[in-house]
Parts: sequence; structure tokens; C-alpha cells
Amino acid sequence: MSDAPAPVVQVEGLSLGLTTGDPVVEDVSFTVGAGQILGLVGESGSGKTTTALALLGYTRRGVELRGGSVSISGQPILGQGISNLRNLRGKVVSYVPQDPGGALNPSLRVGDAVMDVLRAHRAGAASLESVKASLERVELGADPRLPRRYPHQLSGGQQQRVTIAMACVCDPPVAVLDEPTTGLDVITQDRILAELARLRDDDGMAMVYVSHDLAVVAKMADRIVVMYAGRVVESGPADEVIERPRHPYTRALVSAIPDFRRPRALRGIPGVSVGVGEWPSGCAFVPRCRYAIDRCSEALPELSAATPDHSVRCIRWRELASEGADPGDGRAAATAVEAEDEALLQVDHLEVEYRNGRRRNTVVHDVSFAIESGRCVALVGESGSGKTTIGRCLAGLHPPSGGRILFDGSELAAFARNRPLAARRRIQIVFQNPFESLNPRHKVSSSIERPLRVLRGLSQGEARTEVGELLDRAKLPRRVGDRFPIELSGGERQRVAIARALAAKPDLLICDEVTSALDVSVQAAVLELLSELQRDLRLSMLFITHNLGVVACVADSVLVMDRGSLRESGTVAQVLNTPADEYTQRLLSAAPCLPDGAYS
Amino acid sequence: MTTVAEPRAADREVSPVLAFVGRRLLGAAVSLLVASVLIFIGTSVLPGNAASVVLGRGATPAAVQKLEKQMHLNKPLTTQYTNWLGGFVHGDLGDSSIGLAQGQKHAPVWALISDPVKNSLILALITALFMIPLSLGLGAIAAVYAGRPADHAISIMSLAAIALPEFVIGSLLVGVFFVWLDVLPPVAIIPPGQSPLSDPTKLILPVATLLLASLAAGIRMVRAGMVETLQAEYVMAARLNGLSERWVLWRYAMRNALAPSVQVLAQNLQWLIGGIIITETVFAYPGLGSLLVTAVGNRDLGVVQSVAMLIAVVYVMLNLVADLIVLLLVPKLREPA
Amino acid sequence: MTGRLRFMRSFSGAVGVTIVVFVVAVAIFGRYFAPYDPNVPVTAPLSPPSSHYWLGTDFLGRDVFSRLLYGGRSVITLAALATGLGYLIGMSVGLVAGFSRSRIDPVLMRSVDVMLAFPPLLFLLVLISGAGTGVQVLVIGVAVIQAPGISRIVRTATLEVSVRGYVEAAIARGERSYAVIVREVLPNIMAPVLVDSGLRFTYSILIIASVNFLGLGLQPPASDWALMISDNRQYIAIQAWAVLAPAAMIALLTIGINLTGDAIARSLGRSYVPKTARSAVI
Repeated sequence: MSDAPAPVVQVEGLSLGLTTGDPVVEDVSFTVGAGQILGLVGESGSGKTTTALALLGYTRRGVELRGGSVSISGQPILGQGISNLRNLRGKVVSYVPQDPGGALNPSLRVGDAVMDVLRAHRAGAASLESVKASLERVELGADPRLPRRYPHQLSGGQQQRVTIAMACVCDPPVAVLDEPTTGLDVITQDRILAELARLRDDDGMAMVYVSHDLAVVAKMADRIVVMYAGRVVESGPADEVIERPRHPYTRALVSAIPDFRRPRALRGIPGVSVGVGEWPSGCAFVPRCRYAIDRCSEALPELSAATPDHSVRCIRWRELASEGADPGDGRAAATAVEAEDEALLQVDHLEVEYRNGRRRNTVVHDVSFAIESGRCVALVGESGSGKTTIGRCLAGLHPPSGGRILFDGSELAAFARNRPLAARRRIQIVFQNPFESLNPRHKVSSSIERPLRVLRGLSQGEARTEVGELLDRAKLPRRVGDRFPIELSGGERQRVAIARALAAKPDLLICDEVTSALDVSVQAAVLELLSELQRDLRLSMLFITHNLGVVACVADSVLVMDRGSLRESGTVAQVLNTPADEYTQRLLSAAPCLPDGAYS
Repeated sequence: MTTVAEPRAADREVSPVLAFVGRRLLGAAVSLLVASVLIFIGTSVLPGNAASVVLGRGATPAAVQKLEKQMHLNKPLTTQYTNWLGGFVHGDLGDSSIGLAQGQKHAPVWALISDPVKNSLILALITALFMIPLSLGLGAIAAVYAGRPADHAISIMSLAAIALPEFVIGSLLVGVFFVWLDVLPPVAIIPPGQSPLSDPTKLILPVATLLLASLAAGIRMVRAGMVETLQAEYVMAARLNGLSERWVLWRYAMRNALAPSVQVLAQNLQWLIGGIIITETVFAYPGLGSLLVTAVGNRDLGVVQSVAMLIAVVYVMLNLVADLIVLLLVPKLREPA
Repeated sequence: MTGRLRFMRSFSGAVGVTIVVFVVAVAIFGRYFAPYDPNVPVTAPLSPPSSHYWLGTDFLGRDVFSRLLYGGRSVITLAALATGLGYLIGMSVGLVAGFSRSRIDPVLMRSVDVMLAFPPLLFLLVLISGAGTGVQVLVIGVAVIQAPGISRIVRTATLEVSVRGYVEAAIARGERSYAVIVREVLPNIMAPVLVDSGLRFTYSILIIASVNFLGLGLQPPASDWALMISDNRQYIAIQAWAVLAPAAMIALLTIGINLTGDAIARSLGRSYVPKTARSAVI
């Protein structure tokens, strides 16, 4: 290590906390060398964003610095006066935000926005040429009118490139990127990542890349730092952390990532991530760790060096290293359940449009497919592909403007209220947003009871008993029934939504991006539950998602949608391994996935 | 490299700016039309027999009939309406019903209101002159120093002031500055024909009353809009790019807070209209407002009709101007939807 | 739900509620403690406060204190009735417009816009010039003034709630629109409606008081705080209490309602943030 160049980012013992007392980040240390990308990985409550912002000397309202030091290119960051900080921000260390649409001034033309940054640091060099040059660097130079455009006139990908241009225009040695591709299309994400890699290779820019998406980080980073409950739990070279993770949390995280190239049974991490103010004494991961022993809760483990540049915060890391990968559940690929040949659901030449005033927008065009009993069909596409709309039509929430839907042989009416009771009961839907799928004014048991009373005609007493059984099935403790949704986490709420859907004893379950809003570890647990339920109850499922990895782990067959049209359909193995359609091929090559040697 | 294909301006059928202005003008016209109908119903249809309402209970049937003819009440309703509205649009504001009842051949409303209109305009303009910068300024200060003493002080004062009706504020001010301190006159009676500016001390309390009543609401809303803007992601991003605080405040925060502030101010100026009516009464100021109140009290339906319509026109115009200013400020609105 | 009473913990909220309770108590029950008949002159007009007549007498010689105790009920009752009626109309229209999102919706909303474009006080004055002074005119007029604004707020909130998962789940179950609105939508729009109601009730009080002040609402010899102010204004130099006492009561009432409403708004704004979303910020 002694002949390595001086690190361009040096963070030591960084600690931040809320002004009300609770610690948010504790004792975080890492370094980044010139031209290196460090991936800072963690879930909600991990403190990764707070840490990243601290690298710019910035704390959100209500957050204060407690200790430690940050130095970038040898310059100390913390404790600087605000005018010094302003000098450093953008010039020595810059920031690429998460939501580019919200991060650009809506009343400023993008060229002027870039110029502002130039003017703030290099008054002399602020010129139209420099602005154009910086836009060219991010491949936005083609359109000469672009600098005169306003942010809302650009696509998401273009907006993000503009923010990257603003971050690079003064050639800072370090850039901090906060989830820069979350919310972008998979294909756009892929392009942006390539852009960033190029900046690193050509200009030698060092980056701190904050993300919850381990697959993306695995692709980009040279080093990975994993944070849990405000502390670093593992840090090391990227390929080592992915292939030989040493901390139970990292292991669980890696095995929870759905990977479409190696479909395997996903194992979620039980429990909920630890929030601010909930830190236990001792190791924070204990409640969710399968290797926890009593000693783990007694005292906070120290960071030990497994190898000179790979450290772990776990007292049992040595024993775990010798233990091999955990045996899987033996379900390598989604085994095809013996399906009956008649289709339970048949969709013929479906057309759907949205009307806005006088404008008509065809969102789904001539889509036909079938779902057999007991099969899980995945409906894949980017946002705007029409996949959610199809789900809503099937559920009776949106009328098709052409074609028909046949359920069990008979044609379905457009709106749910016009359908017979049996149809309404046998088709159920679970929505994407866990924070909006349950009525916040009703107790959980009340929400689950409703379909029991309305669709199955149970009495109050019968319903109450069954609610308990449904909660069991959804792997929730029975006392959740007496709680209000606001007291539950996102993952718990989705399980309640699933329990509510199951209450009707459906034959077809429509899952509309049900895990997209959840943390990776929680996602795996919910997917696990859904697979199990699908097998045990012989449910047919229409699984709507944009994540190809999830498709491989859950579905039997796949439908690929692009801008309203069905591009390809077939079994999972067929479509994912030998895609015939060009769009599918593009999607597959752009989808981030773990490297081949990844731990599983 | 794919770029988003932008439709060229030539491809669009109608410029979005023209469409926006067109829609607003249409909306304004419809609003005024509906307003005229409402006013007409209120003054000519509701009373049943408008003439006897004007004359009061002790009127002889002959007098009632005569007045009816003079007020054109014997014609069908729609004719009355179109006559009135047609006349109004051409500047003929009709006749005062009381004047007619008193035997005058013509009692043009126009003559009655020419002085009061001037007086009210002066009062309104002076108040607006103070109100606009004060609202924006104090609202901005409260937003920038949110949570700190300056903000608390401004916010508490406006919370209290916003609750008080003009007549209470006016009376309290008179209590302080006349009864206790004896430095200002309790009424603002201007002899007819004389300009209010000739004796400015009379204007101080009315303007102060109007200001206190409407400023509070304006400050609160400007503050709310600016606080929201200051918490926007792009403000934080600008700070993180190292831009100076002054630059961030003006170019990033204020610039985007301006559009909603304009709407707030327009709303405030509209409230001013209601406030003027009351304040003029409190201080016996000979403006359009006190004229209107007297007319309502006397059931002078002719005057009420035309004055109300006039005020409605001003009200709608304010809204229109505000919308147009917002169009200038917000580039997104100039785009096709 | 802990959120409901959380606003009490804020100082201004507690102060606001105390003030409102005090003023409302005086308005409703004050008359049972009044020492004299409010309509009968007791001594010389415009006498200063004394041990017999705590606030002196007004321009007709009536005891100001007694009139004060009688004078609150009218404004509060009228404002409450008018606002209530406005809510009845406004909520029905807003709920239906927001939930059904049918073709009538734009028509309804255009009409609401047009009605909101008319100056409220002017509307009342026009109404009174035609229909005369009277309690019914006042209540109906103010209700009509408030209804469009209420319907707009209710409609916006309903639109937002109607697309949430739990409402769509109910629709997908085939439940009738009426049941969905009442069970799923209504309880969840109460927060923004409640926030708006404070200022709205204050406005009703203000406008009714103003009309009374102008002499176009309640007529003398009614004991009404606003009337007391307008009756005794010109004599303020001689006997200020006849004006200042009722002015103070109106001021306390409206300030109290405002403080309370503000505190409720601030507390409700925080109580629906989901736990994990909050930690996601960090």
C-alpha cells in the first residue's frame, strides 16, 4: 500500500447525529484513490446519504457533525467556514443528485445553469464555449439548441447528463453521486453508467457512488463499502466483496439480489432495517442475522481486517469464512408446475387508451396472451410500456377500448362493478405502493376482513378467525391485525395487501410491481412469500415488473412489452437465454446483473 | 445518440401562448357575463317588485307605477337585461332609482360616481403601493429566516392581524391615534370636488387600516410559497455546486417563488376591494365603497347594479393581469401541454 | 390516533383553544350572568365605567357590559350555520366531482371558478339590496359564498385519494360508489378539509360581522358585537369602551380560531408520514 498514490478522498471516523440526540452515522472511515470508484451501499436507515453529503461539508437540517474528518485532495472539508466550503464545492468535490428533474432550476435554461457553476468558480473562463464543451463531454453536444432548453423539455436521461456536466465542468478530482440512476429506464441507466465509466477512465475522476442497488455498484465500483445502521460493516475491493462477502449482512444482500442469468430461490432477510434512534447496543444486525449468538449483542464488534484491504465488523467472520455458501432451497429455476392446458385467462387483441380532454393516447395496442391455471406469467417492460394498464384492465379498473378479456371461458365486463361476484372474487390485485394500498384510518384486520365480508359473505365471527389464518399465511404475527398501517413498515404493509388479496380465495392474482418500492432485502422476502403461495395454492399469477432478475426467480413464462406492443413471449428460459426480439435483447444487455463469480 | 425529438414551433397549430391568453380572456368574459346575470337577478328579479322596494312601504300605487315605467320594469326581463348590459358596455350606467323616485327626469349614475371613483382609486393605489413591496419583502424575510426570531415576530403579528376585520382595526386605530394620542383625524371626509391628496393626514388611517388587514394574509402566503421553494431540491443542488448564497437566493429561490407570489398578490388586491368598501364606511371616506353601501341601504337598485358591475370588472381584470404576468414568469406554461 | 391531540402540545395551539373556548363560553352563556337587560337604558348615555356599570353605558344609556354578554351569540351562530350549510353543499359537489371524474366535472369546476371570480362582499351586498336585510339572507348568502371554495378543496383532496391503492381495491371488489366514497374516501380527506375549515369559519365570522357593522345585517336594537361598534363609533372620544370592548371580543375570537387552526394544520401535516419513508431521507 505504501507505493500507492495518496488517496484523493480520506474519511476518518466520521460521525453525524440528529440535533435531537440520536446518532445517524458513526465512525465511518474509507479512502478513495484517484480514478477509483467507491460504491457506498446500504438500505434505508443505513446513513449512506448523510455520509455522502458530509463529503461536501453539507448536513441536512436537523443533522449535525459529531466528529471525524474528511479531506479531499488534501484539503480538509469539515469545520470549514461557509465561504471556503463554497469554494471547494463544485471545484474540488462535486455532487450529482438523485432526481435530476427536481435538481435543475425549472426557470433556468440548462446552458445558463451550467454557466452558473462555471461563473461561481472560474469567473474568467465562463464562456459559451466552455459550456458547450462540457455538454459535449456528456454526449449532449449534438443538438446546438440544447443549451437554450429548459429542464422540463429534456428527457430524464438528458437531465441527468446535464447535472453530470455541471458536476464536471470545473474538473473536480472527486464527484459524489447519490443514486444517480434510480428512476431512470434500465436502458438509459446503462448509458449513464457507461458515461460515468468513461469519465473515470478518460479524466481520472474519482467517484463516491451511493446506491442501494448492489448489482449496479458491482458493475461500476472498484471498492465497496457496505453500511448498516449508520456504521461500516464491510469494506473491501469490489470483486472480493461480491464473490466472498464476509459479513452476514453482505452475504444476505448479495443472495437477495434477483439475477436473471442465474435464477435461484431468493432468500430475503427477515425483519426490518434499523432506523435512526433504534440502534441496539451491540451489533445492530443481530435481530436479522442467522449466525447471531449471545456475544453479538453484548458489545459493538470492531472492524477487523480480514485481509489488508478488506475489513469486516463481525466477531464471527473467521468461522463464517470457512463455512461455504448457504445451501439453497433446492429450487434452482422456477419449476414448471404441471399446468392444465385450458387457459384460465385469455386476452384477445386488447386495446387500451387514456383520454385527456380531447386527446387520446393509445397505451396498449393489439396485445393477446393467455394464462393457464397455476402458472405465473411475468409482464415485463419499462415505464410507459402499458404493463400496468393491462393489469388494471384485468382487475376491472380501466375499460379496454378494443378486444376482449375472457376469464374461465366467459367474457369479462369492463368495470368491476358490472362483473358477477364470482369474477370479482377470483381475480385479485396487489398494488405497487405499500404506503397507499391500505386505508390509513382502518385497522389491518378491518382491511383484510372487507373482502371476506363483501366477496365471500362471511359473518363477523367467521371473518375474524380467518383474518388470523391469513396473517399466518402472510408470515405476519397475529398482533399486526390490531395495528394501523402507519405503524407498519413497507414490507409488512405489502404482506397485509397480499393477505387481503388472498382473503377472497382468488384464482388469479395480479401483482403490479409489488416489490419495486421496497428495499432489496425486503423485496426478496416478499417474492419468496409470493412464490410459495403460488405453488401451495396453485394460484395463477400475472407478475408485472420491470426487473428481469425478479422474472427469472418467480415466473414460468414472460411477456415483453415496449410502448404498448407485445414484443416477445415465451417461457422464461427461452426469452431470457435466447431472446428473439431486438428490444428484448437490448433490455437484457442493459440490465445490471451480478458478475459471474458472485456469492450465492 | 438519440435526442428527444422536439416538435418545431412550425409544426404546432396554435402557439401555446396565444392559446393560454385566449383561454384566459374567454374565461374572463364568461365570468363577467355570469357576474352580470347574478347582479341583475339580485337587483331586478329578487325584490319582486323593485319599484315598491325603492319607494318603501308608504308608497302610493300611482307613484309605484310611475317609477316602474321609469325603471323600465314593465318590459320583459330579458329585454331589461340586454338593455342594461348593452348600455353598460357603452358607458351608459343607467339611472339612480332613488333619483328617479324623487322626481328627477334623469339621474345618471355616471354623474354620481365620477368623484367617488377617483377617490377610491387614489386610496387603492396608495395602499397597493405600500402593500406590494411590504408583502414581498416581509414574506421573503420571514421565509429566509424561517424558524428564527425574525420569522416568529412577523408570523405572530400577521396571524393576529389576519384575524381582524377592517372595522375592528379601523376602530382600534382611531382609538389609539385619535382618542388617546390625538394626532390623526377620526374620519376622512373629503368635500366633493376636492382631491383627497390635498389633505393627506386624512388618508393615513384608512390606508393603515387597509394595509394591516390585507398585508397579513399576503405575508403568510408569500412566506409559505417561498419556504416551499427554499426547500426545493434544486436550491440544495445549487448550494452543493458552490454557488454563492446571494446567487442561490435570487436566481434559484426567488425566481421560482415569484410566480406563486404574483398570484397571491393578485388575490390580495382582490380582497382589497372588499376591504375598501368597509374602510370607506368606517372613515366616512367618499369613495365608491361608501356610495355602494349607502345605495344598498337605500335600496337604490339602479346605482347598486352599475356600481357592482364596475367593481366586478376591476376584480376580473386584476386576475387576468396576474395570469398574464405569471405566463411571462413561468416558461413551462409557454410549452404545449 | 395520537395525531389528533398532538396539536394541543404546541403552545400556540393551546393558547388558541383556550381563547376560543373562553369567547364561545361568553357568547353562549354570558347572557345568564348579565346584570341588566341589554335593551333597556339604565342611566345617562355614554357614562364612563363605574362600580355599577363596569364598562359604562352606550349612546342610548344601555349597560355596555350586559350588551357585551348578549352580543356574541348572533355572530357565532350565524357564522356556524352559514359555514355548515356551505360545507353541506360544497362537500357533496366536491366528493362527487372528484370521485366520478365524469364529463360533468370540467363543467362543475368552470362554474366554481366563475363563482370564485366574484367578490364575496359585493355578492352579499347585491343580495341584500334585492332581498332585504335578514337572517336568512345572511346565512344563505354566506353559504353560497363559501360553497365553491369548499368544493374545490374537497375535489382536489378527493382526486388525490381516489387513485390510492385502497380505494381502487374497493372499486375492484365491485363495491358501490356510495359505499366507497363514505368508507374509504371521506375519512381520508378530512385532514386538508379540517385545515381549511379554520380559516373558513373565521372568514364567515368576519364577513357577517362586517355586514352587521354596515347596518345591513342584523338591525338595531339587537345586541351584536359588530352593531355595537358601528352604533357607538362616533362617540368613541367620549366613551371608548362601548366600541373597544366588543372590538376586543371579536378580535379574541378570530385570533383564537386562527391560532387553533394553524396549530392543527401543523400537527396534521406531520402525522401521516410513513415511518420508513422518513428514514429513507437519511
